[in-house]
Amino acid sequence: MDWGINVLAAEDIAVFRGERLVLHDLSFTVPSGGALVLAGPNGSGKSTLLRLLAGLVRPAAGRVLWDGADALGDLAGHGRRVAYVGHQDAVKPGLTVMENLHFAASASDRPIAAALSALGLQALAELPARMLSAGQKRRLALSRLMLSTAPLWLLDEPTLGLDTGSIERFGTLLAAHRASGGMVVAATHVPLPLPDAAGLRLS
Amino acid sequence: MRVFWAVLSRDLRLSLRHGADTLAVLLFFLVTASLFPLAIGPAPDTLGRIAPGIVWVCALLAALLPLDRLFGADLEDGSLDLLLLSGLPAFGIAAAKAASHWLVTGMPLLLAAGPVAIMLRMPQDGLPTLLLGLLLGSPLLSLFGTMGASIVLGARRGGVLLPLLVLPLITPVLIFGAAAADAATGGLSPRPHLLLLGAMLAAALPLCPLAAGAGLRAAVE
Repeated sequence: MDWGINVLAAEDIAVFRGERLVLHDLSFTVPSGGALVLAGPNGSGKSTLLRLLAGLVRPAAGRVLWDGADALGDLAGHGRRVAYVGHQDAVKPGLTVMENLHFAASASDRPIAAALSALGLQALAELPARMLSAGQKRRLALSRLMLSTAPLWLLDEPTLGLDTGSIERFGTLLAAHRASGGMVVAATHVPLPLPDAAGLRLS
Repeated sequence: MRVFWAVLSRDLRLSLRHGADTLAVLLFFLVTASLFPLAIGPAPDTLGRIAPGIVWVCALLAALLPLDRLFGADLEDGSLDLLLLSGLPAFGIAAAKAASHWLVTGMPLLLAAGPVAIMLRMPQDGLPTLLLGLLLGSPLLSLFGTMGASIVLGARRGGVLLPLLVLPLITPVLIFGAAAADAATGGLSPRPHLLLLGAMLAAALPLCPLAAGAGLRAAVE
């Protein structure tokens, strides 16, 4: 997948959660192939910032720019540029592992089997998702990234519950995504397999 | 448009997998309708006279049952975020959800309404009009219901709030739907009532998903 050169930029972002100002005067840019790692204590606004970049949360002030143009003007269009893995796995326990990916696959026409094997889930394809462990559910959520054609990956604690082998495997997927010009913004408390990523500390 | 069908097929697959929920709606409809002969007495004159009203009220209440979970499950497990990021505008998601609610709830109720009306000794000449009215009215229940469900989404006690919000909105549908069947059994033309139902459907078809879409955006924020 080749997207050409894109730039994601945030300008003087401020966000309220309820009555509380969680983010203010926040600016950064992420170029094609770049990665940004968000760090900070619980409640510092990491997830909020990711949801803002996805267009799910509205900023109280400031702008999110994609190639210099306002990204949040057309939310549906912006959604196509974004692959979001939230802190919830969005896994339906009643469906099989494979069926859980049908919806993500229908938008991109990419093979589900390849996405499953990228995260080492191919042996579990026909299993109901309720049988999965927490780490396996997380891998299932991450395998949606393989089905997405979006250049911008927004990851909220992506390696939560993963074993070391899966983290390594996920690292190669991240590297491949960045090598083809994709961007990654990730919130985390633990080191991620993202070499030379920019860091942003929220307080 | 492709994403619309994907959302619809995903919802239908989920309903199929949780078939007991669909069946519960249908059973609720059948059981509540059969309570009336027990309470009012089996006299065919009385029952036949109020049969259209019974069918309509029971269908309305049965259609409310699954609304609570229409978006609730998706909000809780994070699927709603992914739906909103699928590239389909929020009103498209809401429209697909309304369509799935109608296919899973409205259509089975429509199929069960005929036998229930016959069981209640409704005069035969009013039956086609009753079903035609429900054919127009059941999508309205789904559309208003979807709108109400998205508005109370994320609110505490949303399940209690939902009927309070949806039932007043749906009363015109009930009035004209039951009146159409009454007119047909009384030998009058049901045409004006059915036309009004059609007009309501034509207005609700674009407007309810728009409002529901705005509700969904507000719920994930």
